[in-house]
Amino acid sequence: MAARQGRLGSQVDIPSFFIQILNSIQYGLLLFLCASGLTLVFGIMGVINLAHGSLYMIGAYLAFSLSEHLGSLWLALPVGVVLAVVFGAVLEWLLIERLYKREHLHQVLLTYGLILVFEELRSVIWGDDVHGVSMPPLLAASIALTDTLSYPVYRLWMSGVCLVLALLMAWVLLRTRLGMIIRAGSVNSEMVQSLGINIGVIHRIVFAAGVGLAAFAGMLAAPVSSVFPGMGNQVLIICFVVVVIGGIGSLKGALVGAILIGVVDTFGKVLTLEIAGVKILPELAGMSIYLLMAVILIWRPEGIFGKVRS
Amino acid sequence: MPPLIEARGIHTHYGASHVLHGIDFVLHAGETLGLMGRNGMGKTTLLKSLLGLLPLTAGSVRVKGADLTGAAPHRVARAGIAYVPEGRGIFPNLTVRENLVMAARPAAAGQASWTLDRVLFTFPRLAERMTHDGGNLSGGEQQMLTIGRALMTNPDALILDEATEGLAPLVARDIWRIIGEIRATGMATVIVDKNFSAVSSIADRAMILVKGAVVYDGSSAELREDKALHMRYLGV
Ligand SMILES: Nc1ncnc2c1ncn2[C@@H]1O[C@H](COP(=O)(O)OP(=O)(O)OP(=O)(O)O)[C@@H](O)[C@H]1O
Ligand SMILES: [Mg+2]
Repeated sequence: MAARQGRLGSQVDIPSFFIQILNSIQYGLLLFLCASGLTLVFGIMGVINLAHGSLYMIGAYLAFSLSEHLGSLWLALPVGVVLAVVFGAVLEWLLIERLYKREHLHQVLLTYGLILVFEELRSVIWGDDVHGVSMPPLLAASIALTDTLSYPVYRLWMSGVCLVLALLMAWVLLRTRLGMIIRAGSVNSEMVQSLGINIGVIHRIVFAAGVGLAAFAGMLAAPVSSVFPGMGNQVLIICFVVVVIGGIGSLKGALVGAILIGVVDTFGKVLTLEIAGVKILPELAGMSIYLLMAVILIWRPEGIFGKVRS
Repeated sequence: MPPLIEARGIHTHYGASHVLHGIDFVLHAGETLGLMGRNGMGKTTLLKSLLGLLPLTAGSVRVKGADLTGAAPHRVARAGIAYVPEGRGIFPNLTVRENLVMAARPAAAGQASWTLDRVLFTFPRLAERMTHDGGNLSGGEQQMLTIGRALMTNPDALILDEATEGLAPLVARDIWRIIGEIRATGMATVIVDKNFSAVSSIADRAMILVKGAVVYDGSSAELREDKALHMRYLGV
């Protein structure tokens, strides 16, 4: 997802190890932000949303356009999130709502169709070029760790923002009445309705929040990765790996799964550099996260925090 | 004043099978109605049809005069009808406290409202279990939780479908005592239960369903006296 520091050597000294840890966490937290919407929408409404990655992409493109028009990423972020949430609510009302009682095949067909539509719209609106988004000057600095190694402030800030959002999500789900209703609705939506709660509104809120989070993840990542066609598909696949590893529908699982992927992916690449010197399986780097998924699914077929289905 | 619930000519199907055949159903404010009938006669189907949980194929449902035919279940609930379903429907992944708090809705003006404190006062067992997950409660505690949760919505009518099913006699007696207390507050109740003598002694009025049609709708006391009648329709 995010471009990683390219200049790290293969030697594992303490500062570069530390940098890799920070990178792993940052990448993991960003993945979590994106995957959380996917897992919640699946866990609560039972919908597989293949277009989730496209919403990440839309976020990145929004960051690009809005920061050009509004002059800075600081303004682009809140405006973009509001736009994304509204877009998510409209999308749910227009299409997704119709999928709740349908089989997975219909869900996959419609949301796959949405990927194509979003990709085409992206091409019409923004063209097919690769774009960059500049960091806010305040965060553009780096913190020196040694004479030769430093860590960008923007990435630290990103991790901090993701962490705050993760805590906020946990707080809403575990401590607020809305969260109670959402959790109740995930096991028995008919009963929730019979208590006088309009479950349709709850579903719309959950979906729109998921879209907002995915788009926000794309916006955050835009300055460190770049903004390019098809960027959503890459993310979608990794998000699915996160959701499956963590256990479908589990927010805690998505967090743990995302951090695991962050670590394995980051270190997989570094270690391969080492091994590459001896020329042993350089292909392993790209496969590392799938190997992780396979191992976890053999150990726990329902994912780390998944519920055993009866 | 219009009745709390007034349904006319209700027909309900499950796919091709025609289960309710033109039922008229009325519940007046403050009234206790025993809805009776053998297994599979359509009691649950009727309740779900009234509550918007099943689509009607014909007929109309009014709540306090407002037409709620085909309305979503939350609108029926908001009109003041609370439901304690067969099989209880507690949220096993929420704590006892959360099960109660998530349902809370203020009472209509002038009504003595059911608050968390009042529910816990009525069900002291629940107060001891506040932080437990609903799924870890015993059957009797779950039933109390479902009733308490329904009361938290401050309804005008409480519909209880098999509230004592599967409970030990002592626990069932506790539930009957509580139903009596709720009745005494003036809340209307609809009670479906296998225990004929318990229902008929608490109910003002009784209604018997046979194969999706009403065969008796009248005084509960008279039904108790008429042994031949309840033998014929209920087998008790
Ligand atoms: N989901 C369903 N699909 C098809 N038929 C159903 C369904 N639910 C109930 N029925 C049928 O409808 C009829 C009425 O069932 P209902 O559950 O309303 O009866 P009941 O009076 O509540 O019985 P019980 O005392 O067993 O709860 C029965 O013949 C039953 O087999
Ligand atoms: Mg029944």
